[in-house]
Amino acid sequence: MVEKDVFSVSGLNTWYGEKHILRDVNLAIKERCVTALIGPSGCGKSTFLRCLNRMNDLIPDFRMEGSILYRDMDIYSRESDPIDIRRRIGMVFQKPNPFPKSIYRNITYGLEIFGIKDRGVLDEAVERSLRKAALWDEVKDNLHQNALTLSGGQQQRLCIARAIAVSPEVILFDEPCSALDPVATGKIEDLITELKRDYTVIIVTHNMQQAARISDYTGFFMMGRLVEFDITRKVFTAPSNKLTEDYITGRFG
Amino acid sequence: MGDTVRTNRTRDMVFFIIALGATFTGLLFLSVLIVDILMDGLGRIDLAFLTSFPSRKPERAGILSALVGTVWIMGLTALFSFPLGVGAAIYLEEYARKNWLSRLIEINIANLAGVPSIIYGLLGLSIFVRTLDLERSLLSGALTLTLLILPIIIISSREALRAIPFSIREASYAIGATRWQTIYKQVLPSAMPGILTGTILALSRAIGETAPLITIGALTYVAFLPETIFDPFTVLPIQIFNWVSRPQKAFAINAAGAIIVLLCIMLLLNSIAIYLRYRFQRRIRW
Repeated sequence: MVEKDVFSVSGLNTWYGEKHILRDVNLAIKERCVTALIGPSGCGKSTFLRCLNRMNDLIPDFRMEGSILYRDMDIYSRESDPIDIRRRIGMVFQKPNPFPKSIYRNITYGLEIFGIKDRGVLDEAVERSLRKAALWDEVKDNLHQNALTLSGGQQQRLCIARAIAVSPEVILFDEPCSALDPVATGKIEDLITELKRDYTVIIVTHNMQQAARISDYTGFFMMGRLVEFDITRKVFTAPSNKLTEDYITGRFG
Repeated sequence: MGDTVRTNRTRDMVFFIIALGATFTGLLFLSVLIVDILMDGLGRIDLAFLTSFPSRKPERAGILSALVGTVWIMGLTALFSFPLGVGAAIYLEEYARKNWLSRLIEINIANLAGVPSIIYGLLGLSIFVRTLDLERSLLSGALTLTLLILPIIIISSREALRAIPFSIREASYAIGATRWQTIYKQVLPSAMPGILTGTILALSRAIGETAPLITIGALTYVAFLPETIFDPFTVLPIQIFNWVSRPQKAFAINAAGAIIVLLCIMLLLNSIAIYLRYRFQRRIRW
């Protein structure tokens, strides 16, 4: 399998106001793989994830240095448009955040804002996205029911379906299971493994077993630095850094 | 030891009685007022009272021109103040950077909400009536009341916008929506019941205002209906004020009748606001 680099990050430093969050992060992310980012709370892994689709732009005193190439395009250059980047790089958040609308409208929103109104196209996109997110069988008879009536796990899969609907190339997951019970977590994990056939997946997680189960590559962050990045099996069986070993064996964090 | 407990319990009881008394004092005076007004005015209200112009003969006088004037003024005020207030709230809440300038604007708006209404009347007189030469028209009156309630609408709309969780905005941006799409399609629809509630409560304050309208020179005796927004007008509170100041007892009864009509309109506006808030709370659980 020839794996191309989707992202190549070099010399990334970020600040929130005066607070230096990420320090000199260099990293390449492979196409159609699951890359897990682990590390103790406040280590910068979520900040890193949010740099990849420019979600940090929404934070007023955010500042960054360094470059992030997405398939040879510098996403922080003047020419690149955050709207276009976010459409190509979808995101699923920690807490399920469906819109307070029907299941159907949640999924079609991403298409509607790009001017797609054709009922047939929308219907087809709803079914396709819900099937991919393994939610179709549970909701197909209630597509016009308010999304907030779904369970937490269903809401999170709806958010995944919503991200898939606009046909992104990459999906970023920011601790997608931390608000879910083990059964719902299992379903999301199966789904992520399934998704990597079509998408590049990057997932931030607090759960090391989860990283070990579903990812191909793992990056370990600590105090804003990327301490170790390698094939998941290697990180968990033969870490090259003492800090990584201490963290995954539960000595701190 | 036992004494302290007993003293504490007595104090507790005393405070309870004082608080209860305070509540009932307010309610008592309000009920006396309402009963008094109802006894005086209820018998006076009939179709002729609602459809007659004011007259020198109290038994033939009605509130038609005042009622129509109030409806006009309220409609125009809502038309001007809603888009301006909501627009300002959207700017301050969604676009403005949080710096000293936005804080200064914020403090000023909060202060403006507390400025006495007669000051707004003087402002309206000098800007709309004199400088813009709009005379003592419906337009001048509505614009003056717009200035008066604008701060209230801005403040309540900002609160409604702030109540929409950031995660909804994030979800919208993450899918590739622009700022305006996020506001227009996600934030505003969810905030709308709250915004409408605030607007209606602001309007129900404007409906009772007399001082600013008298200041800009609204008429007290109007025996015609305004046909355009440039025509002179009167409103219910001014008509009431006018009748109350007459010596004859019969006019006082007319005033009571007009007060009942005004109270009914206010009650109606407030119940719409309460209904909207109730629906808002039931429908959305984040």
